[in-house]
Amino acid sequence: MAAKRERGKERLAVAKTYKIYIDGKFPRTESGRYFTLEDRRGKVIANVCRGSRKDFRNAIVAARKVQPAWAGANAYLRGQILYRIAEMLEGRRDQFIAELKLQGMTQAAARNEVDTSIDRLIYFAGWADKYQQVFSAVNPVASQHFNFSVLEPTGVVSIIAPDDSGLLGLISNVAPTIVGGNTCVVLASESMPLSAVSFAEVLHASDVPSGVVNILTGLRSELTEHFASHMDVNAIVFCDGARKTARTVQELASDNIKRVIARADIDWSRDSAQHPYLIRETQEVKTTWHPVGS
Amino acid sequence: MATPENKLAFEGGWEYSPAPESTDHIKVAKKYELFIGGDFVKPQSGKYFDTINPATEGRLSRVALANDADVDKAVKAARKAYGGPWSRMKPADRGKYIYRIARIIQERAREFAAIESLDGGKPIREARDVDVPLAAAHFFYYAGWADKLEYAFPGRSAKPMGVAGQIIPWNFPLLMAAWKVAPALACGNTVVLKPAETTPLTALKLAEVIADAGLPDGVVNIVTGAGDTGASIVSHPGVDKIAFTGSTEVGRIIQKALAGSRKKYTLELGGKAANIIFADAAIDQAVEGIVNGIFFNQGHVCCAGSRLFVQESVVEEVIRKLRDRMETLIVGDPLDKNTDIGAINSKAQLEKIESYLDIGREEGGDMYQSSCAVPEKGYWCRPTIFTGVSQSNRVVQEEIFGPVLAIQTFRTFEEAISKANNTPYGLSGGVWTDKGAKIFRMTQSVRAGVVWANTFNKFDPTSPFGGYKESGVGREGGLHGLDAYLRLEA
Repeated sequence: MAAKRERGKERLAVAKTYKIYIDGKFPRTESGRYFTLEDRRGKVIANVCRGSRKDFRNAIVAARKVQPAWAGANAYLRGQILYRIAEMLEGRRDQFIAELKLQGMTQAAARNEVDTSIDRLIYFAGWADKYQQVFSAVNPVASQHFNFSVLEPTGVVSIIAPDDSGLLGLISNVAPTIVGGNTCVVLASESMPLSAVSFAEVLHASDVPSGVVNILTGLRSELTEHFASHMDVNAIVFCDGARKTARTVQELASDNIKRVIARADIDWSRDSAQHPYLIRETQEVKTTWHPVGS
Repeated sequence: MATPENKLAFEGGWEYSPAPESTDHIKVAKKYELFIGGDFVKPQSGKYFDTINPATEGRLSRVALANDADVDKAVKAARKAYGGPWSRMKPADRGKYIYRIARIIQERAREFAAIESLDGGKPIREARDVDVPLAAAHFFYYAGWADKLEYAFPGRSAKPMGVAGQIIPWNFPLLMAAWKVAPALACGNTVVLKPAETTPLTALKLAEVIADAGLPDGVVNIVTGAGDTGASIVSHPGVDKIAFTGSTEVGRIIQKALAGSRKKYTLELGGKAANIIFADAAIDQAVEGIVNGIFFNQGHVCCAGSRLFVQESVVEEVIRKLRDRMETLIVGDPLDKNTDIGAINSKAQLEKIESYLDIGREEGGDMYQSSCAVPEKGYWCRPTIFTGVSQSNRVVQEEIFGPVLAIQTFRTFEEAISKANNTPYGLSGGVWTDKGAKIFRMTQSVRAGVVWANTFNKFDPTSPFGGYKESGVGREGGLHGLDAYLRLEA
């Protein structure tokens, strides 16, 4: 639908169908529903999948299945895969800028969003084999034991991505989650969902194993509660400033003592929005005791 | 050729003379008030409740019951102290006060141990050798952090939270108070602490220590009461941080109650730890580890090794040796230094444990208990094991919090891991094998916050403790335990 006859050319452009991304595949929502994205003049840009609870549950199954293998991938490999995502995004820079403009951004803002997104992926790629060294500890216990604490991924993380930053906001939350060995299911920005779907295509071309990142589009009012309540989700990252939503998320999360990570009102374009504590927030500390003796 | 195993003759061959710890040196008042703003004050509720000795069912003391108004007073005292002397103090001086607490606990260790045993039912040997020295060590460890916090979190500036509301359980009363209070103070917070209603005495003795150490009024406030008092702390708008140790059931309620507030929280909740014995383990040591894992502190341990997984080829040997060892365990007077298993903490807890013994049998499990005598008065449970149980049995899935072990078998490494991780809990785990590589793979695969390899139930102030999954949120102990009491700013 975004297609139009390009000026001065005879060729009719091919419009893209925006689908969701589950387990390394691009299905339409099982529900068959959609919502319409319009530009400022009210012209329809795309019919976007209105993902359902069932889609979400399917995505969680995929994320859970692959999580131990992804956590077991060595840090060097995870770092290279994140770097590869950045490479693929760099190659499609113009496409992403155009798509953000289509969703209402200015050229300068769109360019900045894409460039910062690429750089952010590089930033977290570099942390893959370092955060463990910064946050681990050998603990000098008072008995004959060798005792150390390391980080391990929390597991499966559901992410309500920022609404106001369709690409960068999503990447800024997905990258620190997966670099630490978690898998995730993400609800894309509702007002700017297209970049998330196109980013899924980048992921697909980047050696990210199927199911590590799953991306849904849909209505927050409908899906947030499922992201917060699912019993096989270990942590929820939600980037939504509304007090009422925060309360609902916390309440539902308590059913299985989910870790609730609230990241509201953050300007993701700033340098201060990238730091390794974002990685640590979806990690668990494991302490191991070994006797010392003969 | 099979060699005969050394088996000691337990049948009447060993007599232990009573070796009771004397209690003439301890001071327990007839009545305790609330410790608020540096003074012991009468409760506005006007009410008191009994704290009893679970080994005799006799009353030890009467303790003030804090209501909403009392909690409010305590929070205001803590707020005043936070805004006043405590936050203005040089961090090094804050540390010195905490060092003082550690030293006074060491000086009064024997008294603390005896009272802990009287009030909670735990064997004096454990109170003396574990609870009290570790409590002092926690204060000593965190005291030193007070003026070094800027080195703990690279790239961040660490700020105190404000007033910490802390709710602790009855299984390690003084030690849990130390786990909570020491890091909170080191990080510059002030505290409102609520001990459990069945074991308030050592916390109130700690209040004396804090007063003797000369801490500014209101830095630590101790309010006694049951669940309602705890709920009042959780919902008080003047509290900035909640730290809770207790059941997953209550933890869930607290997490829900905190929804929509900006309070930070840490939850140390229940567990159902897997203790995994491979055929190549040193079996005698493993049996000691099983005993320590489940019978330590009457099994009133959130990280107790309450699910045993034994590799099939050695299961008969392990169970035989375990039963023999269980026969040697002495259940009885907690104050006797020979006692291995003391009194169950309360009547309610004993009833809960006994209901699980019924459930286990109804579900088809084979129950075995040692044959030792138990005193007539008081609350007692003999060491108990269940065999013939499966993953879906309630005694396998649910936390019993008593000396009750559920035993299952496995053949392969993968089966052990899959069974061990088949639980909503993830607090701790144990693995016994002689193979180093297997230890590391196993300890990496168990989804739990603390894993003991060829040992069990070891604790240390430098060692972070806390759970995965439904066993809680956050860590206590060590450098990682500081995080719970700080705001990290860019």
